[in-house]
Amino acid sequence: MTEGTNEDRADALFHALADRTRRDIMRRVLAGEHSVSALAQHYDMSFAAVQKHVAVLERAGLITKRRVGREALATGDIDTVRSVGSMLTEIEQVWRGRIARMDDLLASPSESGSSSPSPIDTTKEH
Amino acid sequence: MPVTGVQKDIDTRTLTITAEFAAPVEQVWGIYADPRKLEQVWGPPTYPATFVEHSLTPGARVTYYMTSPEGEKHGGWWEIAEVDAPHSLRFRDGFADADLSPVDTAPVSENVYRFEAIDGGTRAVYTSTYATAEALQQVLDMGMEEGATLSINQIDGFLAAA
Repeated sequence: MTEGTNEDRADALFHALADRTRRDIMRRVLAGEHSVSALAQHYDMSFAAVQKHVAVLERAGLITKRRVGREALATGDIDTVRSVGSMLTEIEQVWRGRIARMDDLLASPSESGSSSPSPIDTTKEH
Repeated sequence: MPVTGVQKDIDTRTLTITAEFAAPVEQVWGIYADPRKLEQVWGPPTYPATFVEHSLTPGARVTYYMTSPEGEKHGGWWEIAEVDAPHSLRFRDGFADADLSPVDTAPVSENVYRFEAIDGGTRAVYTSTYATAEALQQVLDMGMEEGATLSINQIDGFLAAA
């Protein structure tokens, strides 16, 4: 039974990616290996703060690190991103996008004007 | 966020997503039945979809393309298998070339959409099944441009919408 593990994994992936800086770091390291210090130069925050973000991504299995001399080099882990589970997660994101747009369209004045008013106020759900 | 459930079955490469919309079943169905509405939801704002042929009738072929931020067009097709308006739709979804002709070597997914009335709106259950892990991989390589990077970009949108 792997469902729990997959759910945990999805949680870790989403947590890791639910931060703008970490998503930006992922884009960079998927494009190629970067040293943590080189990454740190892109952000208006301390080296230690960037290091923490990299550690969160590493724990989620999104980044692998290797050490060359004093440098910690980070690479986006394609295997993680490419495992079947995470592939389904990618498709899930596409779906979540579509469903959010459905929700917006259904709530738009032109839509609700042409039909009965929506009985649920979705803004209250969050 | 109207998504109420996500189920991933790794063994059968099936993704099932349940969502609830604050609108009647007919109105939700109406989005799929109207290509001008469908293209507002099918692609993200950065990859807008344009439906060319569209008919929800068994045997019909729906064609569409999505336009990348660089202006490249990526085609797709649906082959409608079963329609029970406004409650269910079963179709195959595949890739098309620039002329919107199906690419036979590309993977095809089997999709079932179901809509049922619930208190205050509609519950939608979307199921997509891919034949093999390779097919899934190919879908991501071909259809979801730049695979991982794009999905990360889409998370931006979904967090903003949440």
